Amino acid sequence: MRWGVLQLPGSCDERDALHACSLLGEARLVWHEERDLDGIDAVVVPGGFSYGDYLRAGAIARFSPAMEAVAEFAASGGPVLGICNGFQVLCEAGLLPGALLLNEDLRFHCRQLELIAEDGATLSIPAKHGEGRYYAPDGALDELEAKGQVAYRYAPGENPNGSARDIAGVRNEAGNVVGLMPHPEHAVDPLTGSTDGLKVFEAVAEALA
Amino acid sequence: MATTRARVLIRPKEGILDPQGKAVERALPALGFEGIEHVRVGRMVELEAEDPERLGELCEKLLANPLIEDYEIERLDGAP
Amino acid sequence: MAKHRELGLTDSEFELICEKLGREPNDVELAMFSLLWSEHCAYKHSRKLLRRLPTEGERVVMGPGENAGAVDVGEGHAVAFKVESHNHPSAVEPFQGAATGVGGILRDVFALGARPIAILDSLRFGELDSVRSRHLLDGAVRGIGHYGNSIGVATVGGEIYFEPPYEHNCLVNAMCVGLAKTEDMVRAAAAGVGNAVVLMGASTGRDGIGGASVLASAELGDGDDAKRPTVQIGDPFEESKLLECCLELLGRGLLVSLQDLGAAGLTSSAGEMASAGGVGIDLDVAKVPLREADMEPFEVMVSESQERMLAVVEPARVAEAIAVCEKWQTGAAEIGVVTDSGHVRVLRDGEVVGDMPVGALVDGCPLYDLDPAEPDGWIYGNRRTLDEGASAGETLLALLASPSVASKRWAFEQYDSIVGSRTVRRPESADAAVLQIPEAGNAIAVSIDGNGRRVACDPYAGTIEAVLECAQNLACVGAEPLGLTNCLNFGNPEKPVPAWQLDRAVSGLADACEALGVPVVGGNVSLYNEGPEGPIYPTPVVGMVGELPDPARACGSAFAKEGDAIGLLGPFAPSLAGSELAKLRGELDVGLPRPDVEAVAAACATVRDAVRAGRLSSAHDVSDGGLACALAESAIAGGLGCRVDLRPLLERGCSPEEALFGEGSGGFLVGGERSVLEELGATSIGAVGRTEIEIAAGDCSIAVPLSDASGAWRSLSTQLS
Repeated sequence: MRWGVLQLPGSCDERDALHACSLLGEARLVWHEERDLDGIDAVVVPGGFSYGDYLRAGAIARFSPAMEAVAEFAASGGPVLGICNGFQVLCEAGLLPGALLLNEDLRFHCRQLELIAEDGATLSIPAKHGEGRYYAPDGALDELEAKGQVAYRYAPGENPNGSARDIAGVRNEAGNVVGLMPHPEHAVDPLTGSTDGLKVFEAVAEALA
Repeated sequence: MATTRARVLIRPKEGILDPQGKAVERALPALGFEGIEHVRVGRMVELEAEDPERLGELCEKLLANPLIEDYEIERLDGAP
Repeated sequence: MAKHRELGLTDSEFELICEKLGREPNDVELAMFSLLWSEHCAYKHSRKLLRRLPTEGERVVMGPGENAGAVDVGEGHAVAFKVESHNHPSAVEPFQGAATGVGGILRDVFALGARPIAILDSLRFGELDSVRSRHLLDGAVRGIGHYGNSIGVATVGGEIYFEPPYEHNCLVNAMCVGLAKTEDMVRAAAAGVGNAVVLMGASTGRDGIGGASVLASAELGDGDDAKRPTVQIGDPFEESKLLECCLELLGRGLLVSLQDLGAAGLTSSAGEMASAGGVGIDLDVAKVPLREADMEPFEVMVSESQERMLAVVEPARVAEAIAVCEKWQTGAAEIGVVTDSGHVRVLRDGEVVGDMPVGALVDGCPLYDLDPAEPDGWIYGNRRTLDEGASAGETLLALLASPSVASKRWAFEQYDSIVGSRTVRRPESADAAVLQIPEAGNAIAVSIDGNGRRVACDPYAGTIEAVLECAQNLACVGAEPLGLTNCLNFGNPEKPVPAWQLDRAVSGLADACEALGVPVVGGNVSLYNEGPEGPIYPTPVVGMVGELPDPARACGSAFAKEGDAIGLLGPFAPSLAGSELAKLRGELDVGLPRPDVEAVAAACATVRDAVRAGRLSSAHDVSDGGLACALAESAIAGGLGCRVDLRPLLERGCSPEEALFGEGSGGFLVGGERSVLEELGATSIGAVGRTEIEIAAGDCSIAVPLSDASGAWRSLSTQLS
């Protein structure tokens, strides 16, 4: 399994994602100016503050050459995982529905919290963001629910940002692109936290199989 | 080449929760400002464009996110 | 008023400059001298004192005088660190002041070639019933979060205190820790006559012009608004690009030396590089990329625009270096050359507009002796906030809820404490932050501590306590101190009382470091923190870095399990002098017991070894609020009550109140098996269990439900929302 982790100007957690991916296969960084995703089985768009989050989080990154290649990769069914800023980039690029807005209390929060995966499993994963409130118009939200596109939800009482319907992560209709605000790459080592994050990466790898 | 100065105002769509607007609104009475409501906080981009006809496209694609924001282009050369 | 006086130079300083130049300085030269000869840059009133500090040790890789200090952590790796203040800018514009304080200290660390891996911050404000202090607290915390989070360096620890003397002079001290391969580290000294001087990073604007001398060499009074234009604006995105660029340049051996631009901008970095290298530098302001047109030469030279670095590059490698800057989308311009003139020359389009001998500019500033005088008693006032008839239990709750003691979760959750995947102990889970260093096969622990109020009671003893506090915090996670950095925040040194406080504090710092064998590898001094009401508490802030072999063994501060025995270890001799309780009662006065450094050091070693061997289930040092608060903190964190009897302390001669709420160095609260605690020489005082905090101390007793204690300790969040 070969993972490619994008490195955008202002990415912060790309090395952390690289380390997590390398626990489940081979992994390399993909420079934002690269268009060649040859040999890559799955792409990770990592967390951070790409382009300083200027204008809107993810708004500028989606136009980078690497993201244009990722859009083609996704269109042909390639698995893509967007984490935090990566999720924002994927939404701005139209690869995932909805948008991420300022946290309801206008503050950045870094804390360990519980997520519920599609299969009902509870995952303990840290979230750290200031613009993570998931939004889509009501009709679109109903459609997401109906089509099983809500990939991760904050456990009851754990919603840190006011996200609609406690949505922490969504999938595209085809199911190959998934994005979530919490950081699974920071939950892969018992020394630094839980290891529940591995399940998020494993789910991407399994979708490939 | 002649450039046109323009100003783009970007604001959150009606109906979208705007916590920044709410926070400003809530703080106003304590600062001595009564009778102010429906505060919405947005962004303003000023630029000089060689081809002002493309401004709409620029707004749709980059300056605003049409899902959550409305925009308004103000051309500062008097043209509509 | 004479120009030189407006710029903060005294008449005799001006005369000395004329003497050294052999003529009067022109405007460019006057501006540059006024900044480099300001207190902030020249350390006029503190340099002589700082010579007392021990700076050598076998683990020291870089000592004071470089951009930051560094210590060896093994396997060819070094940890660089330093703390700096940004007090005056933060008092004017807290968000940007704190943000640019973080930006500046980050640059000091990566200027050495070390990748920043952690930030800590030490903040002090007036009491929270002041709108101004709440505004400053909010702005500073958001600013630190904004900068640290955006650039992707984990903020792993810190402290926040609220005391009336900081109402008009808040303190914002930022510490950064970085990691480097020792052989890749670079010094700041410019070298190689004919080498190119390259300016990298953001363009130069009018930010902070006159900031250093105007703000930091004068007390803040009315009319702060006029000072607003001199506050710098930070751009963490720009710095993240600059950081990667610099590390790549250094990794590829493209730089001869590197220096960050901080206070006094190009003037200080060019001057210091030249001075360190024993060379001269010619700079052409026409070649500096400007953000604003029509900047005068003196403005270019003193601008404090952020996110800029100055490098010396061999001419044959300049093109390659610039290409690396372009790859990282950060600016680069060749603006000058290293000469053998021993002068700093400023040119505009080839025409000389300023010419000063390096020695005069950088080292020629007169150093002043202090005129210290011990004050007659307590000068800071008192205010009672605790009810006269408060019971011991009510007192405990009041202390836990006291903002200086209470949980700072409201603040640290606004910081990314985990980026980089090194954080083994997150904020509040242990007495020190712990970061794994797989490159060296071990881990480091970091703590930042200070207590201005206690230093005000006795500057000598109080400063020794600050050093011991750090050492104790490190011991609780099994770390041995490697080096120390410090920020000395004091009032006006030209006045006798702050002068006396500074003098005694530096002696305390020197003696404590000497006795512990911990070298001072760098630091910062911030003076003139004073307003019409008087000086701030004398506040030496100490940052310490230690190493531990196995991060998995780093003990937490929370009680771990029902039935664990609780012990008190170390030469703890509690006193109410200078305590949080004395503050709440309005009974603060001069005087502190002198700590027994040797005995505390021995206790640190005992705890450290026990933690490393995995023999303790919890370790927490006793500080603000005394033993009762330490017990409550460990209980709340662990979600487990305790039943404790402090009779052993009473038998040593403490009063019940001293036993419960007295403060001082040398107290470790340890949890584990009773036999282990006994073997370590800890005094058994009780056990973990149930859901109440029960403490007996002679005729005083406390029985507080865990939920009440937790509510009090966590009340800061409610107060600030």
